[in-house]
Amino acid sequence: MNCIIIDDESTARTILAQLCKNVPDLLVVDEFPNALQAIKFLNENQVDLIFLDIHMPDFSGFDFIKTLKKPTNIVVTTSDKGYALEAFEYDFIVDYLVKPIQIERFEKSIKKVEKAIETKPTRKATSGQENVENDLYVNIDRRLIKIDISSIYLIEAKGDYINVKTQEKNYIVHSTLKKIEQKLPDSLFIKIHRSYIINIDKIIDIEDNSVLIEKDVIPVSRLCRPELMRRLNLL
Amino acid sequence: METANLTYIKNLSGGDISFEEKIITILKSELPEEQKTYFFCLQNKNYKDTAEIVHKLKHKISILGLKKSYQIAVEFEENLLKGNAMGKDDFEKILMNMTKFVEQL
Repeated sequence: MNCIIIDDESTARTILAQLCKNVPDLLVVDEFPNALQAIKFLNENQVDLIFLDIHMPDFSGFDFIKTLKKPTNIVVTTSDKGYALEAFEYDFIVDYLVKPIQIERFEKSIKKVEKAIETKPTRKATSGQENVENDLYVNIDRRLIKIDISSIYLIEAKGDYINVKTQEKNYIVHSTLKKIEQKLPDSLFIKIHRSYIINIDKIIDIEDNSVLIEKDVIPVSRLCRPELMRRLNLL
Repeated sequence: METANLTYIKNLSGGDISFEEKIITILKSELPEEQKTYFFCLQNKNYKDTAEIVHKLKHKISILGLKKSYQIAVEFEENLLKGNAMGKDDFEKILMNMTKFVEQL
């Protein structure tokens, strides 16, 4: 598991690095005295975890969170207990550590992070090579546009094109379902119809022969239905 | 006045001398600078920046095991953010106490 530390105080960064040192498989790849330097780093690198101080001059931890293009697991570290409510409004804030951080509390926090990563396997990034698998580059108007694979909820075939739908945006790409299917992780995506591939994590409900995913109702073909049912964690 | 100690630092180090030395070096170099900034901001009645530096010093107070002093610093920071320097004298006693301790490390 890779992590970075963002804190304007060098004592706090040194203490956190020491705490991390005692956790097997947790590697501090870098430390930053301010959020802006961390943003530059994260534009080119991906990490599993960010230890983030909230109270920083000029650009606070919450300002930093708002700039994140890809939500990453965050453990907030602060001397102020008063930010807890606001912090937990963000889904990807896994824990809230009050300074001075005690060893036992830190270890508990790491367990929470490990659990959060287990439930979101596509977020895991331990090397630059794995970044490639988390992102998909599509060619639109001679521009290669990066899409976070886990943000895709639906891919729809439209003649010679496919419509790649994410919560934020739709991308019309000159390609086929077969081609994109090979680029997507099997653990997350499933073809439910000759014209549709869906992200299984984004399903809201299934009714008879259709799936509700975000605001789209997608037909499930008779041929694909058994595989879909097999993949569901049915009670 | 309570006495500063290295219990927290020793506990974290688990015998890692290089970590202990690193933390002590940081305390020795940063504490005088932060004190200077504190007095400068306070003299200029710049309470917002004084609160910022008190916030930084607060963490150092806590890692030196000064629990009661930490609470005093918390209240002082809150007062500064409200625009008054109530609690200044007590906070400055803490600074002196901490400086004496760090100097003899």
